[in-house]
Amino acid sequence: MSCLQWLITQRYAIDSKPSPQGLTVNPMKTHHPCGFQSNEYIRCLLSYLSILISVLLITACEQGPWNNPYPPSESEANILYTSFSGRPKHLDPAQSYSSNEIAFTGQIYEPPLQYHYLKRPYEIIPLAAAQVPEARYFDHQDNALVDDAPVQDIAYTVYTIEIKQNIQYQPHPAFAVDKHGKPLYLDLTAEDIDTKSNLTDFPETGTRELIANDFVYEIKRLAHPRLHCPIYGLMTEYIVGLREFGEQLRSADQELRKQAGEDSFLDLNNYEINGVEVLDRYTYQVKIKGKYPQFLYWLAMPFFAPIPPEADRFYSQPGMDKKNITLDWYPIGTGPYMLTENNPNLKMVLERNPKFHGEKYPGEGEPGDREAGFLDDAGKELPFIDKIVHSLEKEDIPSWNKFLQGYYDASGISSDSFDQAINFNAAGEAGLSDTMANKGIDLVTAVGTSTFYMGFNMEDPIIGGDSPSATKLRRAIAIAVDFEERISIFLNDRGIAAQGPIPPGIFGYRAGKEGINPYIYDWVDGGPKRKPIEKAKELLAEAGYPNGRDVQNGKPLTLYFDTPASGPDAKAQLDWLRKQFKKLNIQLVIRSTDYNRFQDKMLKGTAQIFEWGWNADYPDPENFLFLLYGPNAKIGKNGENAANYANKEFDKLFEIMKNMGNGPERQKIIDQMMEIGRHDGPWLWGLHPKNFSLYHSWYHNAKPNLMANNTLKYKRIDPELRAQLREQWNRPIIRPILLLLLVMVVGMIPAILSYRRKNYSKGVKN
Amino acid sequence: MFAYIIRRILYAIPILLGVNVITFTLFFVVNKPDDMARMHLGMKHVQQADIDKWKSSHGYDKPLFYNSSPVTGGHLTDTIFFKKSIRLFVFDFGNADDGRNIGHDIRQRVLPSLAIAIPIFIIGLLLNITLALIIAFFRATYVDYTGMILCVVLMSISTLFYIIGGQYLISKVWHLVPISGFSTHISTLSKFIILPVVVGVIGGIGSGTRWYRTIFLEEISKDYVRTVRAKGMPERVVLFRHVLRNALVPILTGVVVVIPLLFMGSLILESFFGIPGLGSYTIDAIGSQDFAIVRSMVFLGSALYILGLILTDISYTMVDPRIRLGAEAS
Repeated sequence: MSCLQWLITQRYAIDSKPSPQGLTVNPMKTHHPCGFQSNEYIRCLLSYLSILISVLLITACEQGPWNNPYPPSESEANILYTSFSGRPKHLDPAQSYSSNEIAFTGQIYEPPLQYHYLKRPYEIIPLAAAQVPEARYFDHQDNALVDDAPVQDIAYTVYTIEIKQNIQYQPHPAFAVDKHGKPLYLDLTAEDIDTKSNLTDFPETGTRELIANDFVYEIKRLAHPRLHCPIYGLMTEYIVGLREFGEQLRSADQELRKQAGEDSFLDLNNYEINGVEVLDRYTYQVKIKGKYPQFLYWLAMPFFAPIPPEADRFYSQPGMDKKNITLDWYPIGTGPYMLTENNPNLKMVLERNPKFHGEKYPGEGEPGDREAGFLDDAGKELPFIDKIVHSLEKEDIPSWNKFLQGYYDASGISSDSFDQAINFNAAGEAGLSDTMANKGIDLVTAVGTSTFYMGFNMEDPIIGGDSPSATKLRRAIAIAVDFEERISIFLNDRGIAAQGPIPPGIFGYRAGKEGINPYIYDWVDGGPKRKPIEKAKELLAEAGYPNGRDVQNGKPLTLYFDTPASGPDAKAQLDWLRKQFKKLNIQLVIRSTDYNRFQDKMLKGTAQIFEWGWNADYPDPENFLFLLYGPNAKIGKNGENAANYANKEFDKLFEIMKNMGNGPERQKIIDQMMEIGRHDGPWLWGLHPKNFSLYHSWYHNAKPNLMANNTLKYKRIDPELRAQLREQWNRPIIRPILLLLLVMVVGMIPAILSYRRKNYSKGVKN
Repeated sequence: MFAYIIRRILYAIPILLGVNVITFTLFFVVNKPDDMARMHLGMKHVQQADIDKWKSSHGYDKPLFYNSSPVTGGHLTDTIFFKKSIRLFVFDFGNADDGRNIGHDIRQRVLPSLAIAIPIFIIGLLLNITLALIIAFFRATYVDYTGMILCVVLMSISTLFYIIGGQYLISKVWHLVPISGFSTHISTLSKFIILPVVVGVIGGIGSGTRWYRTIFLEEISKDYVRTVRAKGMPERVVLFRHVLRNALVPILTGVVVVIPLLFMGSLILESFFGIPGLGSYTIDAIGSQDFAIVRSMVFLGSALYILGLILTDISYTMVDPRIRLGAEAS
């Protein structure tokens, strides 16, 4: 007899004779096959029950709300709680590029430069560097040139970067040394590593001063044959000698692997890049091919943050990767925070770096910042928060509800929760709903430095090309596809219709009448108004498709839209899109496909109409206008110009514009480029999304900065207020549970009566 | 029996190989190594040289099944299939496409999966059998009819509804337990697993109770039950002592086979409740096209399923002395 059988049979071997204790137990004792007697079994069961009740009581008697997902001891601690939806793949600065990764690396690593937190337009300021480096230009004979030398004369540019002194790394085992100064953990044996399962298993840590060679070492790592740096290809076009260095490393690595095995350590200190040089302990220089002023923006990204060679050597020891102890998972930096717990399956914790060199909250910002309270902390020591707990939260609903309960300090707004959070007034302005306002929640909105557009494949024989007919056809479609309606229906008004590729906040964007696309919009009553559909129909007829039929053969005009989108949400949007084309009597065939096939079609140029997006790498118009630069085409060149647009005049102006500093002359050229682009219309310019963020009343200094990724150090919270409000918002309600139990008990009564009737009824009725 | 078990284990090898071939083929029909590289390298600034480098370092620069290159010599062994699949048979899962060691991740994630899967399994089993017995006991009465209607209603409701409804009522409105999350500390674990366990158990009551009721009713109609009743045994003794015991063989068929699969976790529950288990690991891998993880999880699932079938066979011999396995049977 199995335990299960025994348990069930014993449970019902209960007689109706009452015992002294009130229980009704069968006097016939049975034995459990494991050796328990039935009364022992009951005692055992009772003891289990008492343990269970004790556990529940302990849980219930915890301080604070029952639904608090964090330890009660943390309730008034200076901890910021936030969430992440997907585990970051890389925390190695050479490999990390996604926004969910930079949310961590931005706080840990310190590249030479950073963006000013408050000033707009975005301004580059020093971080690890002592000052923003000046560009020095040289010709082919290595003669220095003046700052405004013609671009064609400039052979290369030199950036000399001087770093701040006395910056220390976070405590890390890679720096641990014994009393003789010998590294403790850089020559571990396989047996040593076998006993470790994470970084905290190394009891000793150490630190050392940041030096220029660490920055150069990281630039070398961009070309490391065993790493996958997403900007390596791009940087080989700019950094002198990087391509050759990469090739040299590749052959050295192959040789090394043959001789010393797959796990052997490739020491980058033994190889040099021609264009990158350490000048002294605190200074290094980088040579850039030609002129590339945007390089300064790259110096504000973690790709150029310092990595100590000791760390690379530490993590490269054979066996470390099998324990997931790698630089990808345990970053090492000089920033305000360090990653102390990395369980990307559950939570990731950043804690204040005890060796942080110190930084002050900025004392100036843009107009209005003082009134908004963004300068209240001016001059105070950063960071304000001791610890940041990122919890894995894959679904929107739990994440949103936790925010409402006060367990997350800030939140975005998913479309499911939008109506609950936001109300629009008569003027169409977004504001908080009463529920949110009563909780003291703040709404912060900002138009993103990104663009989502619908592109035409300019190589397509019908919709592409620069013929007047194709241009008019594209323009007619651009008028018909009403992006304002799309933003209203599908984005809850979270976006603005684009007038060109450059979003607000980036130099070159023009607001107001002078910024509208005159081919699609008219300026009416102080705002842009899409031209009437009749105008689109006229253009369509002029293009040779009156009423949507080809004038040459009378057949209806059919166009094809390629998209990787699928699912119910996408279906609604695609139906809407069909309707937009239907206004012109154009049949739009949706060719849904998986993302991989979509990518293939784009590379081969077999797509006709498609949707794409771009998020700014840096706040420069070059980073958007290069999406329309001919030599950057997708077909054949695998570039980012997905529409394969090519206009010689546009390309010529782009080459001039990209090397200029911001100013009226640059604006003039950008205006000319915009005119060419709007005239040719390779895109329906689409929309720039608007970010809506909610912050609780205890969260301070939440100014949106769409370029900086190291902003957690500026944030401040009031933990006491948070604890008080959490307590108030989350009082447990147990009455419904008691009611439910009562209903169940009452519901059993008829069944018990029925059983008794059945058991005690007479077999034969009189 | 020992010889039978050995034979079954040997049979498992071609099955697992077949599963591997099918998984591999299906995955690579829709997903070329170039696509995987693009997916992992991101959307921006990716050049063909980056893709080639990624493929080379992850071992995806070889032919899928047959290498016609005379230089390498290994026509069948120097292929993606051979290199990626053969190590699975010694449970060496290798590294995921993001570099993390899969075996290490599986070991880390199996306990959270079990933390909710085992209570759901045990409580659900006991509750379903008990309810089925009660309904069978009151067969053809209002308890039976009401019970069956409720079971059909419970079966018809999506698991997602139970999850969202449970989170809304118990966590959001009544504030009794956290909406989602997990703790690796045993002292605080209970408050995180109560809600998923309750939801998991309620979600399974409908189908489970109906299934066991059918088994019990079939058993009740047999001759020995009539004999027991004729001897004057009370109905509860008939049901709980005789019917239940004899119904164990069909019950075990469905129950034992799922025990090893408890290790694989629950796909939806884990995702909604933030449980860092193997179910959400698999879902994430499918989403990110990480073939290394998908392949490992499919292999592990197949191996555990085969183990479940073997355990089921063994359990038959334990509950029914008439059943013999392999040579013993002849």
